Amino acid sequence: MKKVSVTTTVLALAFISLTAMSCKDNKKENMDEDMHSEMSHAEEMEHDNMDSSNHMASNDGQRTNSKQIMADYMALKSALVATDQAAAAKVGNKMVGSLKSFDMGAYTEEQQTELKDIIADATEHAEHIGESEMAHQRGHFKTLSKDMMDIVAITGTDATLYQQFCPMYDGGGAWLSMEKDIKNPYFGSKMMTCGKVEKEIKSTM
Amino acid sequence: MKIFKIIAWILLIAFVGLQFIPTERNQSDVVPKTDFLLVNNTPQNLATLLKTSCYDCHSNNTEYPWYNKIQPTSWYLEDHIRHGKGEFNFNLWDELSDRRKSSKLKSIISQIENNEMPLESYTLIHRDAIFSESEKEAIITYMTNLKESLE
Repeated sequence: MKKVSVTTTVLALAFISLTAMSCKDNKKENMDEDMHSEMSHAEEMEHDNMDSSNHMASNDGQRTNSKQIMADYMALKSALVATDQAAAAKVGNKMVGSLKSFDMGAYTEEQQTELKDIIADATEHAEHIGESEMAHQRGHFKTLSKDMMDIVAITGTDATLYQQFCPMYDGGGAWLSMEKDIKNPYFGSKMMTCGKVEKEIKSTM
Repeated sequence: MKIFKIIAWILLIAFVGLQFIPTERNQSDVVPKTDFLLVNNTPQNLATLLKTSCYDCHSNNTEYPWYNKIQPTSWYLEDHIRHGKGEFNFNLWDELSDRRKSSKLKSIISQIENNEMPLESYTLIHRDAIFSESEKEAIITYMTNLKESLE
């Protein structure tokens, strides 16, 4: 009888040490992956930009322009107007992709430095919108809107935009819209028409 | 009865086996020049609060609790620290542009305001990391002023 339990113990030991060993290997791989994902956004973006400019030569479809980013932003705004958390999260994640593959080739060096900074910031807000509940999404949308205005100031816009402002939200929150009419993304149906047009940004293209 | 004994043995051995799996430790003696408290010359009382309540997961140096060496706790801590530093690392403050600093400050303020940080799972054991109402207010005021000075 004793022999049996000794054998079992030995077997169990062997099994566990094997598992432990294989865990170690897995772990190492995971760590590498994590290290990669820990790369600062700026670095990642540089990579992506390099990648996209390489693709560029052969394939136009790989890169995005300011128009795509604006389209995502407007879709995000509509989701927030509708107080639709899931839709906003989905667009947020899509926007992360558009931001990361934004091609800045056409801009001056100075503009590129500025754009990189804005886009690093905007990417982080879009990422958070992709994984947060409604109140947080709206908080990040406020800063993201500021980023978008700064992007437009550099890239210009192919459609007329209206910069709108609601003084009720968190000490005042602005956003961009394609329409003059106010549809409030910070409150949705609770205060749909709160706000006013602050500025009209004329099409430059 | 015998089956229980065997299961107990296996569990014990598994637990012992786990202890041999190494974890990465988040420790560093060097405080980089880009550190939040250095760059902003944060007043001592606030600096102590931030160090106690935030730096374990949001800097390059964790003051580990005694049980950190026992698996699977180490894994749990390692994961938390990695995620925390990924979101924001106080040590690397000055590497950020003003725009991004301002965004980080906004998040810091709202998370402390809404009692989302420090995490409950952290304060459960680190009772000294909990901010009193007056401490909360002091930190939020400080961070708000800092944010305004950037704009």
